[in-house]
Amino acid sequence: MKKNLTALLCLLPAIFFLGVFMVYPLIDVFVYSFEEGYNFASRSYFGTGLYNYSYVLHDPFFIQALKNTFILVIITVPLSTGIALLISLELSSVRVLRDFFQTVYFLPYVTNTLAVGLVFMILFKKTAYSDGLVSILIQLFGGPGIDFIDGPYWAKMFVMCFYTIWIVMPFKILILTSALASVNPMYYKAAQVDATPRWRIFFKITLPMISPMVFYLVITGFIGAFKAYSDEVALFGTDLNAAGMNTIVGYVYDMLYGNSGGYPSYASAAALILFAIVFTITTINLMVSRKTVIYQ
Amino acid sequence: MKIVLEHLTKRFPNRNKKIKEEVVAVNDFNFEIPDGKLIGLLGPSGCGKSTALNLICGLETPTEGRIYFGNTDVTDLPPERRGVGLVFQNYALYPHLTVRENIRFPLENLRGKDKLTKEQMEEKVREAAELVQIKELLDRRPGEMSGGQQQRVAIARALVKRPQVLLLDEPLSNLDARLRLQTREELRRIQVETGITTVFVTHDQEEAMSISDMIVVMKEGVLQQMGEPQSIYDDPDNLFVASFLGTPKINVFNGRVEKSGIYIGDSKVLDAYGVKDRKVYVAIRPEGFVVDPEGALCCSLINREVMGRDTSLVATHPDFTGERIRAIIPSEQVVEKGTSSVRFSLKPAKVCIFDAESGRRIRL
Repeated sequence: MKKNLTALLCLLPAIFFLGVFMVYPLIDVFVYSFEEGYNFASRSYFGTGLYNYSYVLHDPFFIQALKNTFILVIITVPLSTGIALLISLELSSVRVLRDFFQTVYFLPYVTNTLAVGLVFMILFKKTAYSDGLVSILIQLFGGPGIDFIDGPYWAKMFVMCFYTIWIVMPFKILILTSALASVNPMYYKAAQVDATPRWRIFFKITLPMISPMVFYLVITGFIGAFKAYSDEVALFGTDLNAAGMNTIVGYVYDMLYGNSGGYPSYASAAALILFAIVFTITTINLMVSRKTVIYQ
Repeated sequence: MKIVLEHLTKRFPNRNKKIKEEVVAVNDFNFEIPDGKLIGLLGPSGCGKSTALNLICGLETPTEGRIYFGNTDVTDLPPERRGVGLVFQNYALYPHLTVRENIRFPLENLRGKDKLTKEQMEEKVREAAELVQIKELLDRRPGEMSGGQQQRVAIARALVKRPQVLLLDEPLSNLDARLRLQTREELRRIQVETGITTVFVTHDQEEAMSISDMIVVMKEGVLQQMGEPQSIYDDPDNLFVASFLGTPKINVFNGRVEKSGIYIGDSKVLDAYGVKDRKVYVAIRPEGFVVDPEGALCCSLINREVMGRDTSLVATHPDFTGERIRAIIPSEQVVEKGTSSVRFSLKPAKVCIFDAESGRRIRL
């Protein structure tokens, strides 16, 4: 009994802060999402029901945000994980300058977002003075000039995915190189004695051995990509709806504080829809992982 | 398949890059392992025995020298083309595969004309599993088995392709004492049943002596002696071999040869005709002592340990090089409790003398 009391006392600060800053707001969001037309100023609403959800799901801006987010997730998660795996494999097989390469690959992680944004501006943005480096290169090879920031949808989406992949890569490479280093080399020796082809060593030994880490990266990758927002602002400015590049989190933010903001009920409903999506995807991930991920 | 090593040498660059001098792990090995025998590569840790095994296996390439399997020079062949099976110290079983999949793994790598059908593979897996007696464990994962069982699976995996040579790196060192006894007999049985030339590495002399047809004793990369276990034990070439083999250890005294006699201190313990006068080490096997009131060697008795069949006497002597002399005598030769000194005469066949400077054997 006394032991329990001590434990409870120790937990109290955490419970208090988590309760105030995590649990209560979550419940609040849940409640808001069912209160129609809630007003911050008067703290009043018209009624309760599913109207907010219906509104959000019929809002073309939300549909656009949903579409953008899904495209982003589907393209960037597998690509970034795959490329990171390839780079990590190369990194763990090179001997010379390995530390140098590791540093180079890790740089984006520690670089200031604004500095990165500037670099991407130089690369992609069409201004009065320049067409953007990539566009200039395309023109050099006889292609049409493309404005990647204010131009066609696919071009903007390309920049968005490119940026996202680039920014999440360092962390994945870091995790995967250490995962690869933790595989006991005796397995490779055993495989070598048995004349195992390289691809088979990778798929039958390396991949299963690092599968818990790969799985961790996939799950956090999905969740992170679904919550994308700040990178889009860095690239396309604050009016994402106008650029057609909004994401779900961006939509939530706009509903709260944007130019058309002041609708906490809609924002809450959108946030809960996002939660449902992330929850579903993560559950599917976990179910798939039970068959494919091997914990030793 | 007999294995011939010719001037086999392996040098590694020093780990500490400031030291230019290379580390010689294996130094000019010349020996022949006859076909179908079980060979123990024996030596203390760091003596290069695992490197020697890796050279035979092909995981390391020699700095100098050649390796032959039968009449074929395999020196430049990669391990997968030498037809060897290797069992690792930690078994190296793939933890995510079942026992069946582990054993089948080497078979699935076969390509071209050697490619097997599913049924053939299953048949071979079953045979290998039967050989090492793990048929009922085929669907388990390595993590769900004991060390001894994992060891058997590792052997089955190494044998499933019917290699010409089976190599085992410290195969028993991860097992507890009882399992070690059991597994080493098992190892012997499997080797005899398959008739595959087998080389295993160990630092445990008892293990090597008990199951090998031949043992090769190494120290600091240099071959010390090779031969049948009993003959090496009875007839060691140098002090290192003499003190490395046998438990309890051989008892080494500072002594000298003088006027055709071997002296420890002032007492002449044995005759040594035809040996020049010099300082020597006198090494006496524990079973070489005979309690004898008239004996030349007088030691102060510290303790006696009764082990039933025999009795072990623990004693000291001023010229003894170690801490405690251990003499094993039959239990019939009673030494009364409370005796403070005991006299021994020696069995000549159990005494070796070694040159004090070179440590080389002086044969009488």
